[in-house]
Amino acid sequence: MEQWIAGLIAEHSLPGPVWAIQLGFMLVAAFLCIALYACLVAGLLTFAERRVAGKIQNRIGPNRVGPQGILQFVADGVKLILKEDIIPADADRPLFRLAPYLVATGTFLTLVVMPWGQRLVVSDLNVGVVYLVAVTSLVVAGILMSGWASNNKWSLLGGFRSAAQVVSYEVPTGLSLLTVVILSGSLSLSEIVAGQAGGGGILRWNLFHNPFAFLAFFVFFISALAENNRLPFDIPEAESELVSGYNTEYSGIRFGVFFIGEFATIWIVSGVATALFLGGWNFPGVPVDPRSFGGAALGTLVFLVKSFALVLLILQIRWTLPRVRVDQLMGICWKYLVPIAVFNVVMSAVWLVAFKGRGLYDLVAGLF
Amino acid sequence: MAEVKTELMTLNMGPVHPSTHGVLRFQLETDGEIIHQCVPDVGYLHRSIEKIAEGLEYFQFMPFTDRVDYVAAINANHGWAVTCERMAGHAVPERGELLRVISAELVRLASHLVAVGSNASDMGAVTPFLHALREREKVNDLIEELCGARLTHNYVRIGGVSHDAPKGWTDKVLRFCDGFLPAVDEFDRLITFNRIFRARLAKVAVISAADAMAYGLCGPNLRASGVDFDCRRDDPYGLYPELSFKVPVGQGRLGTRGDCWDRFWCRVQEMRECVGLVRQAVERLPRSGPEFWNEKKVFKAPAGEYYVRTESARGELGYYVVADGGKQPHRVKIRTGSFAAMSITEPLARGLMIADLVAIIGSLDIVAPEIDR
Repeated sequence: MEQWIAGLIAEHSLPGPVWAIQLGFMLVAAFLCIALYACLVAGLLTFAERRVAGKIQNRIGPNRVGPQGILQFVADGVKLILKEDIIPADADRPLFRLAPYLVATGTFLTLVVMPWGQRLVVSDLNVGVVYLVAVTSLVVAGILMSGWASNNKWSLLGGFRSAAQVVSYEVPTGLSLLTVVILSGSLSLSEIVAGQAGGGGILRWNLFHNPFAFLAFFVFFISALAENNRLPFDIPEAESELVSGYNTEYSGIRFGVFFIGEFATIWIVSGVATALFLGGWNFPGVPVDPRSFGGAALGTLVFLVKSFALVLLILQIRWTLPRVRVDQLMGICWKYLVPIAVFNVVMSAVWLVAFKGRGLYDLVAGLF
Repeated sequence: MAEVKTELMTLNMGPVHPSTHGVLRFQLETDGEIIHQCVPDVGYLHRSIEKIAEGLEYFQFMPFTDRVDYVAAINANHGWAVTCERMAGHAVPERGELLRVISAELVRLASHLVAVGSNASDMGAVTPFLHALREREKVNDLIEELCGARLTHNYVRIGGVSHDAPKGWTDKVLRFCDGFLPAVDEFDRLITFNRIFRARLAKVAVISAADAMAYGLCGPNLRASGVDFDCRRDDPYGLYPELSFKVPVGQGRLGTRGDCWDRFWCRVQEMRECVGLVRQAVERLPRSGPEFWNEKKVFKAPAGEYYVRTESARGELGYYVVADGGKQPHRVKIRTGSFAAMSITEPLARGLMIADLVAIIGSLDIVAPEIDR
């Protein structure tokens, strides 16, 4: 997309100020595209979640608005926009207003580096993985801010829980990302995906590169669930303990923005896991060729299908498991996930040195 | 290191809070998430039911007993009927007794479903709750066919029951029993032995047998602590002595005897026992016969003081009645399990976390109307 913008600019070769205005418009348009995309995906995911929950719980779920109820999220969005926007007395008003947008922004920004397809990356940063970890930290600032600004003790507890949780779980998440970075030798998500192509089919994926990468995937997935405040780690909003946690006092569209952020994060977590561990747009037998439009579209489709499978898994986990207690949550992180993640990083490095960078598939194939 | 001056935070849990199931209120003094003090506050659902009883004839009080414990209304009906019959030496035909057993055990089972289901949903697992309510719905349908009501049944009468079972009803009950046991097994697989669930409940809030008796706990809460006492067996009434059933007692299977998980497990096992009781009662049900002792006489209890206890879903439900020989009781006092359970939350919660208090409330199966009457 960067090249496309640059190409457009070069083509028209306009004088200075007009050029700048045009770039400004494009940035706004790009942001709107991302935001709209995120809202659409988040909305569809709320629908998916409710239908999955319905299936699991012997009920139907929303099925009235639109075919099979798929437009329910539009109705919900309209409802939230029309609702009265209540700010509690003695709340810290500026912070209270800002917090949900900070949460959503932190989530939307990650979409920038997401490799949806070979040609469908907003910006293929060469420090993509680092960028990803950095911008997701904005979310916790927003949650903490909302908990503090609400002037409600339950919200405050929710905010604190969230801060402790996200800060802790960033460690195993980051270390698991590092495992992949070591294997791929690149911080760019597109390059990491491209490195998983080639003969050997799914055995080329980072997931099967070596046993430690396999472990790292599960460490990443579990910690990502926790960072995303999903069950069984949804203690910041544990509705039976903290009423609704950090968003207790929110109403109207601000409440909705929190949820757009949360649901978009589910999609992003699945996308990142797909790109880093599950081969991204690669799938054996599917001819993904970036030069033709069809090939590129096919690649994007493969990516979407893979990440949606992970999304479904996350949704089902949510509706199956109970919630851990706050001290148990920290125990899981520091006693199990962090040591395993460190072990993975070290052993992956050792593996690379010992086998000269070859994966499990290459080693086995080399035997014959 | 410099001392940081901190102070305790006062948190109001309830009367409107998702896990207080109705209108309980706890005033918490917490240090972050750790509870230093938990003061239960009762009285939000007081309806003067005991006072109302003084102005009504004995049989007129029956619908009010529904409201004492609306999760297991027939159990409360049953208790009042047994109390009145004991006072006056009133007899009940066998068919009436058996219909009482069937309906009371079905309702006990439904009440336990609500208890274990909401305990699970308090721990964050919403799905088991809905699965439990699906089964409870079937019980509600059966009871509705029996007496027309789904929640406040008002089914038992002094001297029998209000309606005979409709045609084919017992077959439906048996069919429900057949389907229910697999559903409980599924429930166990889904939640009871779930690792996270065990970690949340086992070894949490242990009540020793001595404490349980000292605080007057009853029913599954008492038995989970290892005290083997069940009014149906140890202070028998109705036809219960002629039916065989086991009384599940807490074993400390996953942790310490008397912890939250034991209380949960006791209820799950009791549901299975209820099914056995229902089956026996249906088998013994005579083809025909009166379900109600039709004695056209005003009910009067001889003067005196009476205390009669029956086993409700929440344990010993006792009616203490002072009768003056007239048509109305002089004084009625109802002893309920939830009130005793509420009183033990204060020592139990000390030093635990807020999330544990939620587990305690759920595992004690506190039902708000029973606390206040």
